[in-house]
Amino acid sequence: MAFFFEVLIGGLMAGVMYSLVALGFVLIFKASGVFNFAQGAMVLFAGLFFVGFMELGMPMVVSLLLTIAVMVLLAGVIERLVLRHLVNQEGIILFMATIGVSFFLDGFGQTIWGSNVRQLDIGIPTDPIFLLDGDILIQSFDLWAALVAGTLLAILVVFQKTRIGRALRAVADDHQAAQSVGIPLNVIWIIVWAIAGLVALVAGVMWGSKLGVQPAIVSLALKALPVLILGGFTSIPGAILGGLIIGAGEKLAEVYIGPLFGGGIENWFAYVLALGFLLIRPQGLFGEKIIERV
Amino acid sequence: MFYRESGQYKTSYRADQAIFTIPQDRVFFALLMLAAFVGIPLVATNYIYTALLIPFLCLALAALGLNILTGYCGQLSLGTSAFMGVGAVAAWNLATRVPDLNILVVFALAGLVTAAVGMFFGLPSLRIKGFYLAVATLAAQFFLPWLFVKISWFTNHAASGVITAPQLTLFGWSIDTPMEKYLFALGVVTLLALAAKNLVRSNPGRQWMAIRDMDIAAEIIGIRPVVAKLTAFAVSSFFIGIAGALYLFVYLGSAEPDGFTITMSFQVLFMIIIGGLGSILGSFLGAFFILLVPIFLTRVPPMLGFDLSTALVSHLEFMVFGALIVIFLIVEPHGLARLWQITKEKLRIWPFPY
Repeated sequence: MAFFFEVLIGGLMAGVMYSLVALGFVLIFKASGVFNFAQGAMVLFAGLFFVGFMELGMPMVVSLLLTIAVMVLLAGVIERLVLRHLVNQEGIILFMATIGVSFFLDGFGQTIWGSNVRQLDIGIPTDPIFLLDGDILIQSFDLWAALVAGTLLAILVVFQKTRIGRALRAVADDHQAAQSVGIPLNVIWIIVWAIAGLVALVAGVMWGSKLGVQPAIVSLALKALPVLILGGFTSIPGAILGGLIIGAGEKLAEVYIGPLFGGGIENWFAYVLALGFLLIRPQGLFGEKIIERV
Repeated sequence: MFYRESGQYKTSYRADQAIFTIPQDRVFFALLMLAAFVGIPLVATNYIYTALLIPFLCLALAALGLNILTGYCGQLSLGTSAFMGVGAVAAWNLATRVPDLNILVVFALAGLVTAAVGMFFGLPSLRIKGFYLAVATLAAQFFLPWLFVKISWFTNHAASGVITAPQLTLFGWSIDTPMEKYLFALGVVTLLALAAKNLVRSNPGRQWMAIRDMDIAAEIIGIRPVVAKLTAFAVSSFFIGIAGALYLFVYLGSAEPDGFTITMSFQVLFMIIIGGLGSILGSFLGAFFILLVPIFLTRVPPMLGFDLSTALVSHLEFMVFGALIVIFLIVEPHGLARLWQITKEKLRIWPFPY
């Protein structure tokens, strides 16, 4: 039983990491209706810049500030060069455009910083912690990751109550109505992409210190997609809960069902779970019901 | 001046329904086919066959299949290369387990197997669409290659897990040299492209386009979404499956089943975005373009005196692809096929100003 809980906790902690990426998706989707495929590439991009600045010998705080500046700048550039020209296009066109953005960022980040795996050490302790008289082993790093995710979530929830946060929710609710009461759409989009960029930075730093900053992060971040399907595209709690379910589900499946098939089911379990979920409840656990009108 | 349809009257339904309604187009197409079947074999080197023409034909066929699903029926799929893998594995199993089977029958059966698998993964499309569906097809992309690796029956229990295509023979003609392989692939692709062209301008194609443009309206005028979407998945997967079989038999020779990665799926998706969504011609133009970019990037900078490392070239490739996608979606959402159409319209009055 202790082994079960150890796997469960390990899975939940891995799920927290997926949630971090999924949060960025949800923020942008809620505010602009854009399904941002580039979120995973943004995670890598932010991680590469952060670790790159650190390797140039800058102190951590300075490189953090510089990376934040880069991500805000990136948000502005994406809005100016891509989104502005695709206003009123169908969602699927915007989605494909973000696939393009994703490839560009992936290549751009690696052109500047190279593609080798870089260790990132920001001083998070990694020693194991034993619970229940040593029966259950968890990594203290995972606890820190959960703590960071919790803090981020708290900040986002508080942010929703501020003036800008209200404007964001208004835009999410109805573009035209928001515009007609004087909310500037372009500015809001830049803000949203910047926030998503910052969330990507947090995710990039956490993933980076766990696995090293490497291109494989982009494909790991793809796992955030089934998380979204499960949690619903428009729900922040859904992204968190979906991440936990996917993380725990795939670890438990790997350990208990995996041996029956020869292992390796972790790679697709999340997607197949999401596929099954789509057939039963397309809007996800907490998503708004999809209503279509002619 | 030379390319205009004025004065050419269609006097029968047959003439009206022709693929190329004016003689100039027919002549151009005949010349193109002549060049492809006779001209290229006279001049091309083995390098051109293996590095450009043969992968071009295979990937153009895959792009054609994806275009039927995404361009004509509006259902986005990110699982193309997994379905190519299904086609390749199915064709390999048929060819090795039933050695005397005609290769064309093998390909057709492999296509049918892929069609069945594609329909299965298309089932969610009945309830969901857009990027929801894209995530569902990702399930296929990650699940199917895993299945081929883990269930060793698919690779005939080979220890290395590598499948190697057997000798290709068509009615006693053994296909060995790159030129013969090219001609074989060209024949298959030409036949299938003709079939696709006729399919999209007849009843099924019109149903797909109606679903793409507005599914609810299509349903109201009497198109059954279930049938239309699932046939689109089936036909699309059929083409992609045959493309996968060709890819293994004619281009790669031997492959690992998990070599059909998501990167290739994106590559095929880029082909149809750049070539033109909802255009048969566009699938070919896009495939050609996407294959030329890496060759261009590896060959041209050294000529200009820049010495780029392989890693840098592959990163630049990503950047160029990404930028191209965004530029095409903004500037010319209908892709290269639309540019070709514009050229033809300009040609009508050329060289006069109006």
